[in-house]
Amino acid sequence: MIPLIIGISVISYAIILLAPGDPAKLLADPEKLTAESYISMRAELGLDDPGPVRYVKTMSSLFTGELRSFRTQQRVVETIGERLPTSLALGLLAILFGLVFGILIGALQAIKPYSRLDDIGTLLSLTGFSLPHFWFALMLVMLFGVRLRWLPSSGIRPVTSTSWNPIEMAPYLVMPTIVLGTGLLAYVARFVRSSMLDALGQDYVRTARSKGLHEPAVIIRHVLRNSLLPVITIAGFLLPLLIGGAVVVEYVFALPGMGRLAVDAVFARDYPVILTITIFSSIAVIVGNLMADVLYAVADPRIRYG
Amino acid sequence: MADPAPRRRGLLLRLAGNERVAVGFSGLLATVVVAMFAAQLAPYDPNAQVLVSRLGPPSFAHLFGSDQLGRDVLSRVIWGSRVSLGVGFSSVLITIVIGTAIGIAAGYGGGWIDGALMRIVDIFISIPVFMLLLTIVAIYGSNVPLLITFIGVSAFPGSARIVRAEVLSLMPREFITASRVIGSSPWRIMVRHILPNLVPIIVVSATLRVGAAILTEAGLSYFGLGVPPPAPTWGGMVADGRTSLDVAWWVSTFPGLALLIVVIATNLVGDGLRDVFDPRRAHLT
Repeated sequence: MIPLIIGISVISYAIILLAPGDPAKLLADPEKLTAESYISMRAELGLDDPGPVRYVKTMSSLFTGELRSFRTQQRVVETIGERLPTSLALGLLAILFGLVFGILIGALQAIKPYSRLDDIGTLLSLTGFSLPHFWFALMLVMLFGVRLRWLPSSGIRPVTSTSWNPIEMAPYLVMPTIVLGTGLLAYVARFVRSSMLDALGQDYVRTARSKGLHEPAVIIRHVLRNSLLPVITIAGFLLPLLIGGAVVVEYVFALPGMGRLAVDAVFARDYPVILTITIFSSIAVIVGNLMADVLYAVADPRIRYG
Repeated sequence: MADPAPRRRGLLLRLAGNERVAVGFSGLLATVVVAMFAAQLAPYDPNAQVLVSRLGPPSFAHLFGSDQLGRDVLSRVIWGSRVSLGVGFSSVLITIVIGTAIGIAAGYGGGWIDGALMRIVDIFISIPVFMLLLTIVAIYGSNVPLLITFIGVSAFPGSARIVRAEVLSLMPREFITASRVIGSSPWRIMVRHILPNLVPIIVVSATLRVGAAILTEAGLSYFGLGVPPPAPTWGGMVADGRTSLDVAWWVSTFPGLALLIVVIATNLVGDGLRDVFDPRRAHLT
């Protein structure tokens, strides 16, 4: 895992190191820039050191939390600390949405395969992962925000409030959750459908049926229990999807989360912020995958990693 | 599961008989035709600004209405298909070339070659792709060839993993051993024996990737980081309509709808291809 993180940090750093343009000129006030202040600024930013030295310096300041944003001069970890709760709230709600409706749709499809219901479910999940997030978000805003005025179309809480009051915030999170959750729903529904169809063909299902168990009991006690477990394994796959989606969704709905921060940093060429977010979200993906593996082994005693 | 046993028919016949492939392929074909004959089909110049008809609603003269600069939305949607299809298909070509090369090298090479290549794949698969692309395009700028390269390269890890897994499953097969026994060079085994057996899985995964590549390009264009304006792109057009959602719904709606239809069509073809190439697992998808 450590070599993986080092590899990720080297690549993210290299992309920024090789960027054309001079950060010192980018940051300096062009009116006040003199030859001397330019030289001292380059030295201060460490731009004259060779690449590997700059890499080590940047990484040590990143992991000790001393790295500062070019733009605000605030410590990047602090900025991220302010933004993280919003993204976590959105992410958790989206996962919940995706799991609940995905499992429901997938299970209904598997119970009656090749029926009209199954076709509708297939169409739903196909549409779900073919939907461009940004467009879906705008369409919802247009309908529920602009026309019907049911839901607020940007921000995370009323402008007059600063607290984390769930009741105040709930209407602001409805549309972002639906947009981000729909993509996940599609994958979950597909996976659950195939996993349940697989389970339905197993010997233990025939045994359960032939001993006279009611079909609902067969489905709930035998099929669902066995087929929902593998859903854990796609958690690792869904996480990058969630992070990529959050960038778009937070941007469209103006939510003050990490995704929005990332987009702003990209446009401002705020390299320390971009670097930190890239590395942190990659670590989140790695840890997520690891947790999914461990959880799967814990939940299913048949799985033993040798 | 009483799955009907796949009847032995020609591949093309089975493809044509598959409902998903038929529907998806017709949609895709229609889009390709539109893209090829954009100049003949578009009723107006996609970049002609007619300021008196700014934000005009859909009418017989302008079926999809006109945008905030008075450009005809239908003509721009028609021209936009070129960017989406062009970037989508060409970038996937890059993805599968890199992915197949790495996958075969890792699967056939085994040992430390496999280890090293797969660690690289692990690294790239952990970095959130869309953020990486936003950063790279923002820093290094964008034009169509660069965009195709960036999007194509960024998707290689998934492709490499799939190909490697398939190669590993082929390795213990007798025809590989036989070929080795009679003294074939590794290169010959890879090109003549392994590669042809990878074709189905490459075709299926490539088709399923086209939709994702099209969505990625549109997403970048939405942020103003894709193909530079005034070239009409569907993502850019959706972004154009953002500020006039309350008065002109048509500006954002139609390009997004086009995007959705094309992506659904490619995914339908991909799903159908998988059914046809891998009938044993067809019921699972």
